[in-house]
Amino acid sequence: MDLPTFLVQCLNAVQYGLLLFLVASGLTLIFGIMGVINLAHGSFYMIGAYMAFALAPYFGDWFIAKLLVGVLLSALFGYVLEWVFFSFLYQREHLQQVLMTYALILVFEEARSLLVGNDVHGVATPEWLAGGFQLGGLMSYPWYRVFASLACIVVALGLYFVVNRTRLGMMIRAGASNRDMARGLGLNIKMLYRVVFAGGVALAALAGMIAAPLSSVYPGMGGSVLIICFVVVVIGGIGSITGALIASLLVGFVDTFGKVFFAEYSGVGVYLLMAVILVWRPEGLMKRAY
Amino acid sequence: MKTFLKLSTLAAALCLTCLAQAQGGAPVKVGFMLPYTGTYASLGNMIENGFKLYVQEQGGKLGGREIQYFKVDDESEPSKATDNVGKLIKRDQVDVLVGTVHSGVALAMAKAAKESNTLLIIPNAGADAITGAMCGANIVRSSFSNWQPAFAMGKVAAEKGAKKAITITWNYAAGAESVRGFTEAFEKGGGKVVKDLNLPFPGVEFQALLTEIAAQKPDAVYAFFAGGGAVKFVKDYAAAGLNKSIPLYGPGFLTDGTLEAQGAAAQGMLTTLHYADNLDTPRNNAFRKNFALTYKSQADVYAVQGYDAAQILSAGLTAVKGDLSKRDALTAAMHKVVVDSPRGKFTISPAGNPVQDIYLREAKGNNNEVRGVAVKALADPARGCKL
Repeated sequence: MDLPTFLVQCLNAVQYGLLLFLVASGLTLIFGIMGVINLAHGSFYMIGAYMAFALAPYFGDWFIAKLLVGVLLSALFGYVLEWVFFSFLYQREHLQQVLMTYALILVFEEARSLLVGNDVHGVATPEWLAGGFQLGGLMSYPWYRVFASLACIVVALGLYFVVNRTRLGMMIRAGASNRDMARGLGLNIKMLYRVVFAGGVALAALAGMIAAPLSSVYPGMGGSVLIICFVVVVIGGIGSITGALIASLLVGFVDTFGKVFFAEYSGVGVYLLMAVILVWRPEGLMKRAY
Repeated sequence: MKTFLKLSTLAAALCLTCLAQAQGGAPVKVGFMLPYTGTYASLGNMIENGFKLYVQEQGGKLGGREIQYFKVDDESEPSKATDNVGKLIKRDQVDVLVGTVHSGVALAMAKAAKESNTLLIIPNAGADAITGAMCGANIVRSSFSNWQPAFAMGKVAAEKGAKKAITITWNYAAGAESVRGFTEAFEKGGGKVVKDLNLPFPGVEFQALLTEIAAQKPDAVYAFFAGGGAVKFVKDYAAAGLNKSIPLYGPGFLTDGTLEAQGAAAQGMLTTLHYADNLDTPRNNAFRKNFALTYKSQADVYAVQGYDAAQILSAGLTAVKGDLSKRDALTAAMHKVVVDSPRGKFTISPAGNPVQDIYLREAKGNNNEVRGVAVKALADPARGCKL
């Protein structure tokens, strides 16, 4: 492998890792802060992608506006969902959480099947992001992938800022480290959780919307994302945003170079990485270091 | 009086059934084991509709006997396959099994059919082994083997002057079989497959592999993907700009039913398959018109395969005049039939696989348009079959 090819592969790895981070960050927030194992997280990603497909005719080339409307809608959806279902789960054991969120997966998939059908659909890349730039001889790199990476970086920075520099972030951290004490000090924990959950759903849906033009939308797309996201969350340390970022990039690199160098065993690489890291640090890379 | 009436109606009803029995015996029980939910649900429905269309065209009877249908949803789930096929064989005691789409499920069905000596007609699943190592006199396929379209594509690629090719697929049986077929024909034609790329099923993160293709600079790429993976691969391939310099070839599954989603990325792509929607023959046109009138939807390759499954069964039942006890004559007739299919006439190999023309098609708009016959009367080598 020559140097240009190596650099392009690095770019691929970073881009894949960043997109993973966007989905996984929502999962780690909900999992770490609220203590709910949310198997339906992949479905929120799927809902986002289908939203990008369904909203496309109304927005045309107003791609950013579409993203914003989508984020708003999905946050609202998450808010209602928390109120109706998840708020009853906090005091219950993990098995019941798993059962209910698994049931939600089935409900969402069936609803998707009824509303949109089972066909594969493409989502057009916005006109101003079409095309690409030449990279090393034969290959061109699509502008849209660059945009996707930049969008992920912006969201990551925004998330870091909100959690570490704002009053809301402080309340989130307080609620996460000691729920009862935070309530004793007059925090409205219920409302706080509702907001965090809505934010987590919005992050997953945003990832789905950004990924839709790259991946197209198809039945069962949430499932494959869910598994790799749990890997990221576990490697990164449950509840840690920074950990999720590092873990996503690690997974991106291992997956990309595994495919190139060990094609036959590429599926194993990521899980091997997880096993090694868990042996080294059983709680993940960054246990609760916000 | 009331009792008398009841008794007489009962007697009348009984006599009606005895009359029916005298005329042609009990109906032949056909068990559909197809995917009715999940990703392949639409394929399952198409196959069933195609099958029923042929039976309906024959006046609801094959070989002079009524047909009774049983249905089991196989969910495309190999782990449930043995249980599901057991429901049809043991509970419903069907005479003929028809199924299925997923190769893993079909292999389990073939095993169960052999053990219970039930007739099995496979309307899609392309696993080579079904009419290879696992072949049996009671098993016939109305579709294709993975090897067939792949072999035809390898021949075409070599004829177009490609010397160096790379293959890419999911790391699973169907992909490996398809790649083997392509490699066999391509290397026979003087080319060389320099690298086999693959990724875990059903992964869709292709970017790293596309970069590898760009670095290797082959003359052609052969890809085997289906459904969502096919859409994404073809789009990513075009987005990476590779389609301008390296032609992308594949079996028809790469562009069948996915062209609308692939859009501009797939235009001009060459694929090989045993059918094309706009095949302009009187037989195909008549079939498509009748299908559209009956089901208010457009037929596709899966409907054709279901339709032909019924034709093959019909040939067997007609030969023995509906008498299922003459099993040897029945299976012999199913293998000797010349099927007048919408795809064109084809015969059945001793191993039970269609010997058929494979068409070369080009993606134009939302259609795969026929560009000629890639290989005439191509027979699967049926490796490992001891019939």
